[in-house]
Amino acid sequence: MTVWLDTLLQGIMLGGLYALFAAGLSLIFGIMRLVNLAHGDLIVLAAFVVLVVTSALGLDPFLAALLSAPILFAFGYALQYLLLNRTLGRDILPPLLVTFGLSIIVQNGLLEAFSADSRRIGAGALETQSLPLGGGLAVGVMPLLTLASAVLAILALNFLFYRTSIGRAFRATSDDPETAQLMGIDNRRIFALAMGVAMTVVTVAALYLGMRANFDPTIGPARLIYAFEAVIIGGLGSLWGTLAGGIIIGLAQAIGARIDPEWQILAGHVAFLVVLVLKPRGLFPRAVD
Amino acid sequence: MYTSAQSVRAAVGGRFTRHTAFAGAALLLLLVALPTFASRALVQDLIFVFYMLALAQYWNLLAGYAGLISVGQQAFVGLGGYMLFALTVIVGLDPLLAIALAGVIAGLLALPTAFVVFRLRGAYFAIGTWVVAEVYRLVLAQWKQLGGGTGTSLPPDITNSVAGIEGVKALFDARTSAARDMILYWTALVLAAGTIIAVYLILRSRHGLALAAIRDSEPAAASAGVDNFRAKLSVYVATAAGTGMVGALIYLQKARISPDSAFAVLDWTAYVILIVVIGGIGTIEGPIIGVLVFTLMQYYLAGYGTWYLILLGALAILIMLFAPKGIWGYVSERTNLVLFPIRRRLIASE
Repeated sequence: MTVWLDTLLQGIMLGGLYALFAAGLSLIFGIMRLVNLAHGDLIVLAAFVVLVVTSALGLDPFLAALLSAPILFAFGYALQYLLLNRTLGRDILPPLLVTFGLSIIVQNGLLEAFSADSRRIGAGALETQSLPLGGGLAVGVMPLLTLASAVLAILALNFLFYRTSIGRAFRATSDDPETAQLMGIDNRRIFALAMGVAMTVVTVAALYLGMRANFDPTIGPARLIYAFEAVIIGGLGSLWGTLAGGIIIGLAQAIGARIDPEWQILAGHVAFLVVLVLKPRGLFPRAVD
Repeated sequence: MYTSAQSVRAAVGGRFTRHTAFAGAALLLLLVALPTFASRALVQDLIFVFYMLALAQYWNLLAGYAGLISVGQQAFVGLGGYMLFALTVIVGLDPLLAIALAGVIAGLLALPTAFVVFRLRGAYFAIGTWVVAEVYRLVLAQWKQLGGGTGTSLPPDITNSVAGIEGVKALFDARTSAARDMILYWTALVLAAGTIIAVYLILRSRHGLALAAIRDSEPAAASAGVDNFRAKLSVYVATAAGTGMVGALIYLQKARISPDSAFAVLDWTAYVILIVVIGGIGTIEGPIIGVLVFTLMQYYLAGYGTWYLILLGALAILIMLFAPKGIWGYVSERTNLVLFPIRRRLIASE
């Protein structure tokens, strides 16, 4: 019994990480209907940025992430403004192919710069600390922080979306780009801002990715797939749905791994396929697309 | 000027049709005879060209005509490869028969796959197909009899027992390995040429017209009486079967399979998409040109490893931004040249 309770707890915590992976993707889906195939590789890129800042300046990883976030915001802004905006339109092939190309470039660029060695962002004592919950159960501080950060990130994004003027512009552009433009909104700038915000969330995701486990330049595509599954399970356009989707993937993986370690990833995919068959629009759909 | 008395009919065909057919037949004859005088290295390189060309034609039919952009076609390459291994090693069938059967099985498995991925549209469909390919990879990695996660090799007595090998050895006085390459070469040639002819015939038929209508506007196609779902499903299943056969052939030649290589998104989807896009999506000519350009790049640049891949990624981006119709699109816009006429033109008869 304790074993299974522990599995469920681990699954929920892991889901927090997947929700962080997915939040940026969900935001971009929602605002500009862009499916970014390089999202996973951008998470890995961000993890390397945090790693470099940590080791170059000898900083605490959280502080390093704080410093990295503006860099990655600017990177996302420029990427969208200079490259991805040119691909948006009725035809879905250009954005898919351009982000696919970007994924190959980022992955191999990282391989060239950092080799295929596994890295880790050292977090000191935090890595092993845990909180006893009684009854033989305990949660690691790091997984708990991940989940808390995911919830915070989604609260912050919801605040940005529904309580600020930038968020109003985001929503207007998402609903009807032509009319938004007539109202004096510069869509290209809004999209670039959205990508900047997404890359900021990606920095948080990358921080936990790098502190919790080893990473190397080739693990991006698998993160993209988990993020995508979380977004589709949650339903397009719903940030809380994305959190729920991440937790469902995390739970499925934890339960699968408990039965047989080789089934961990497969169990997550199967959960996704089951939701897709039963509720094709996801559990909490908002956007019609 | 047309008057009401003139009747107008739609026809396919153009002034290059007869020349093309003639040149095509001559080229085909040359390619059939090629292994009797060419070096083994060239024969092996051409096998690669043929199977990449066939994969590119299938992806092009799927994306360029049915509007189904998949980044998960490696699912069917891998399934075809694994079916070849299962049917020869476990069941004991002849490898060439196993290739055909692997195609049938891949086509059958495409039905449940479509049941799931057809719930997603557009870009979501693309990633959905990728997830399904991952599921197939992880499931086949559990198949302990075929080596599990590390994979397995095809015993030499199977690769050397393809149908007709004794005849080829006697006829051309060739060694077993050379004779095997010749048979694989002809199989690959049949698959590639057969694919091009099949795609051409499909696109010239009513089904091709329906596909073009769907690609241009789904609601308009539906209102004109096209059953969009059925048309897309049949293309998806047919391309899966073809891709599965090609996959079986690829792994008969490689004689070694592992889940990671058989379901590699880079080798069997990214390269294939690049071939189609370089050559020109939505044309039969495009993949043919694309595969030649890609093979030359692979031949001269693949040694640069990661830098080569960075170059390919940059190329994909540049083509999409500046020449989305690819090389053939550029050429045919300026010269009106058409090798495979599939468009209907209005012809007024007196």
